[in-house]
Amino acid sequence: MLQIEGLTMRYPTGDLALDNVDLTVERGQVIALIGPSGAGKSTLIRCVNRLVEPTAGSIRLGDIDIVRMGRTSLRRTRRRLGMIFQEYALVERLSVMENVLSGRLGYVGFWRSYLRRYPQSDIDEAFRLLERVGLDHMVDKRADALSGGQRQRVGIARALMQNPDILLVDEPTASLDPKTSRQIMRLITGLCRERGLGAIINIHDVPLAMQFVERIVGLRAGEIVYDGPPSGLDDAHLTEIYGEEDWSGTRAADREEEADAAKADAALKVAARVDLPEMKKVAAS
Amino acid sequence: MSIAAAAPQAAPRQWRKPPFIRDPRLRYAIYVGALIYLVIGIGSVNFNWDRMVAGLDRGIAFVAAFLAPDFTTRWTDISKGLLESLTMTLIATVFGVILSIPVALGAARNLAPWPIYAVCRSIIAVSRAFQEVVIAIVFVAMFGFGPFAGAMTLAFATIGFLGKLLAEDIEDIDRDQVEAIRATGSSWFQLLNYAIQPQVAPRFIGLCVYRLDINFRESAVIGIVGAGGIGATLNTALGRYEYDSAAAILLSIIVIVFIAEYSSGFIRRRFL
Repeated sequence: MLQIEGLTMRYPTGDLALDNVDLTVERGQVIALIGPSGAGKSTLIRCVNRLVEPTAGSIRLGDIDIVRMGRTSLRRTRRRLGMIFQEYALVERLSVMENVLSGRLGYVGFWRSYLRRYPQSDIDEAFRLLERVGLDHMVDKRADALSGGQRQRVGIARALMQNPDILLVDEPTASLDPKTSRQIMRLITGLCRERGLGAIINIHDVPLAMQFVERIVGLRAGEIVYDGPPSGLDDAHLTEIYGEEDWSGTRAADREEEADAAKADAALKVAARVDLPEMKKVAAS
Repeated sequence: MSIAAAAPQAAPRQWRKPPFIRDPRLRYAIYVGALIYLVIGIGSVNFNWDRMVAGLDRGIAFVAAFLAPDFTTRWTDISKGLLESLTMTLIATVFGVILSIPVALGAARNLAPWPIYAVCRSIIAVSRAFQEVVIAIVFVAMFGFGPFAGAMTLAFATIGFLGKLLAEDIEDIDRDQVEAIRATGSSWFQLLNYAIQPQVAPRFIGLCVYRLDINFRESAVIGIVGAGGIGATLNTALGRYEYDSAAAILLSIIVIVFIAEYSSGFIRRRFL
């Protein structure tokens, strides 16, 4: 689906953020991208939708190369790449609904968006998504009146409004408490499964990543140093990615997490039951 | 804890905030130099006590007139002047605001490419370089006496004022929100409407109301150089030594500025 080849990014200051990165995301595959701060995780996903211009390499979405694209086709392609941000990046003074509808900006003309007269199908979809993320009672609240977890849910709904093929997720849980972090990760990975979306999730929290995704990519100083399943990620790999450190804490936390996860699993099953009609609708379409 | 307790009691270490100028000789040279300059400066001012005493009478007459302002004798002139000033102010503010928006967008470094940035910054610099009175003198010479020259002056000054402050506000916006809207595949105008406008709107509205207020006060000043409005009326009253009418004019200006002040506070609270 998404094929990154020889991606290199050098900032004007001379810092090499990405060094010849090759990465392929299959359709519907969710990848966690881990690595220390400054390893180039954010730069990598920002190169994919060209919020950052890469220096060299190619990024193919299907059979088109995003790197060599003109402005108009870039706009059209960005619609297929939903993005979720660390600090939510909601437009603070706009309402929840306006923020969610802004996901359709790539599809509607200027006057429609200016007058907030979106097509009925977009409005239906926005309500459906808000219901799915549990915020349908807050439609007209301003984004700055929401809590962190709620804001991130709006961010997720906005990204999904684009009807994307791939989600680019930048540290979705870094500003959230541990419980909300898990809920948000569960929501993102769950939605990816429902809709068959691929995703690249930048994440600091290694145990959290291991709990929720099937493939982990470790980035260090702009190079990929690990690519494999969470089960294959051992202390030696973590040392290679992050540098020398006592990793036993992570693994202990890992075990606690498993106990936690068992509890969470039960909750998930309840949630799944609640979501069942929704899932059926998705399956039917 | 235990290490600190075990260590022998050392003499307390001194700390003082490092001085702003490190070299003490330079530091004291600057202090002494500034003092000498101040003394010489005060010495160079010519106090003409006789003139001041002579003027005191006129000053007292003027202040006394405030206790008995005369609104009635020249009321038609005053009301006409006030109305002209308000019209001039409103028109100038509306046109100034409309013209300042594109200038501000072009003068924001995070939106405009370098050549457009340079052009828009120059427009702002030219507009801000000249005081309203100077511009008014030029425009009165170009368009003749009257409120048209005044309105042009105020609109021109508004472009520089709002252009600069709005551009700076745009440069200070949260980049994440812009990035997020850009990532949806929005067009440039949609980006303006969704990511930038909501962030700068409250301050922009506040600045517009503030500029309306400034423009009204300036309209009184530029009237004195012939650009119409209440300033012209004030100038006439002062020329005729009608201090009671002048006092009435000044009191009217104060009342209107007060009203503008309170309503601007109200409007800002409403939109923030």
